[in-house]
Amino acid sequence: MADDVAIAVSDLAKRYGEVEAVKGISFAVRAGTTTALLGGNGAGKTTTLSMLLGVLTPTAGRVTVLGVEMPRHRHRVLHRMNFTSPYVDLPKRLTVFQNLRVFADLYGVRRAKDRIAAVAEECDLAALLGRKYGELSAGQRTRVSLAKALINEPDVLLLDEPTASLDPDIGDRMRSSLERYQRTSGCTMLLASHHMGEVERMCDDVIMLRAGRVVDQGSPDALIARYGRQTMEEVFLDVARGRTGMRNVPTAGAGADEVAI
Amino acid sequence: MSVSAPARVVQFSGVEASMRRIFGIVRRHGYLIFRSWARMISMAYYPTVTVVLWAFVTIYLAPSSNLLRDAPGLFIGAVLLWDLMFRGQLGVSLTLIEEVYSRNLGNLFVAPLTLPEFMAGQLVMSVLRAVVGVGGACIFAWLLFHYSIFSFGFALIGFFANLVIFGWAIGLAVSAMIVRVGLGGEELAWAAMFLVAPVSGVYYPISVLPAWLQVVAEVLPSAHVFEGMRAVLLQGVFPWNHFWIALAENAVYLALGAALFAWAVRDARVRGTLLQMGE
Repeated sequence: MADDVAIAVSDLAKRYGEVEAVKGISFAVRAGTTTALLGGNGAGKTTTLSMLLGVLTPTAGRVTVLGVEMPRHRHRVLHRMNFTSPYVDLPKRLTVFQNLRVFADLYGVRRAKDRIAAVAEECDLAALLGRKYGELSAGQRTRVSLAKALINEPDVLLLDEPTASLDPDIGDRMRSSLERYQRTSGCTMLLASHHMGEVERMCDDVIMLRAGRVVDQGSPDALIARYGRQTMEEVFLDVARGRTGMRNVPTAGAGADEVAI
Repeated sequence: MSVSAPARVVQFSGVEASMRRIFGIVRRHGYLIFRSWARMISMAYYPTVTVVLWAFVTIYLAPSSNLLRDAPGLFIGAVLLWDLMFRGQLGVSLTLIEEVYSRNLGNLFVAPLTLPEFMAGQLVMSVLRAVVGVGGACIFAWLLFHYSIFSFGFALIGFFANLVIFGWAIGLAVSAMIVRVGLGGEELAWAAMFLVAPVSGVYYPISVLPAWLQVVAEVLPSAHVFEGMRAVLLQGVFPWNHFWIALAENAVYLALGAALFAWAVRDARVRGTLLQMGE
């Protein structure tokens, strides 16, 4: 594996009984970049992220994160990773500070109070530290989840729909926080998103999934040009609806799965 | 080749990090319980009410019962020890159930926390819950009826250890069921212990059971503890044989409970239920 590859996925597959959620995908994510996993509902994005996190055992294939094989040796690298997802939540009866303090312990963060103060500042949470998580608005909770995801200053950050259900203002603030963090830390980010503006703004590379396969990949500009479209939204619709024959578009199963970005 | 980590946030490593993670689980549930008077009171409420009930039964029956005249603490001691085991089991199960209710299990399992560390956190919480719950009842028993649990002397340490460990074993098995079937298995957390109650001889000797149930009782550490308790109260001796048998059985049950829980979590990783488990 190349030195600058943070995440390497090879022939990764996940089957639930008769359902093949992920069908032998391969890709690599360069260290220090932000990459999007795009695809419609059921395309396999969350399943792929779950396997990268070591919380879901693949049926076949290989995943390495920062050179460490997942899920077998996940405990060697999980302290350098973190994630947010709408599928998980934080204890509602604990205050924001208490939640962050617990995760500082779980990620082994020294000088936890200083670090909590720093992430609270970064995520605009300083005034909310004493409030119970369950009393917060959706936007405030999302900021707390982001603060939790940054508590250990991860080298690899996996974000599952990080701005889902946020109003444009809060969504923009969230994206700004992530961009700032990425710039200052050199972190590798992989995000699953349905927000194409977010992808165009934040991502260096895009991996397009459909029905558990990688059907295309490249930079947002390259994809837009390849599909002869104006925006990623239009590219997304082309891919989601199986319109892959515009210009120079690789078809699923014809090598698209094996391109490293 | 690994990408090197930039030196920024300093993290604990090795045993220190492991202890910190266990403490993180204890801290999380400590925040929930020990900063809420309502929760503290509710933990002590049931054991206290039960102690009061059995204390009055003792007062009523003692004049006509040689047994209770000789050992007035027979029922109160039994109910306190029983609750110790019950709280021990609940402490393990509820620590997991709280995470499932909170939809926080996914956050925990993508953190560096290992399953043995999570289990260790469950066991510590179990002891704390048992001490708070039964401790409150003990104080009431002493204030209202002048009964002290410490009248068992050093035997109390043996009883405590064996009952709490058996509670842990059942709690881990219940945790496995909850991970396997979801919150539908929550009822087990409350009901599991009552399955072993009749065969444990909490309020009566094992000899009153039918012969085939006595065989079942032999393999329950709780039955040995309560036989031991009666030996201490009625004969004034600590039956070491019961203590060692209970301890050996507990070693087996605890290993089985932990293995079952580990299997359930491994299975959940395959089925993909860990991240989305919740209400």
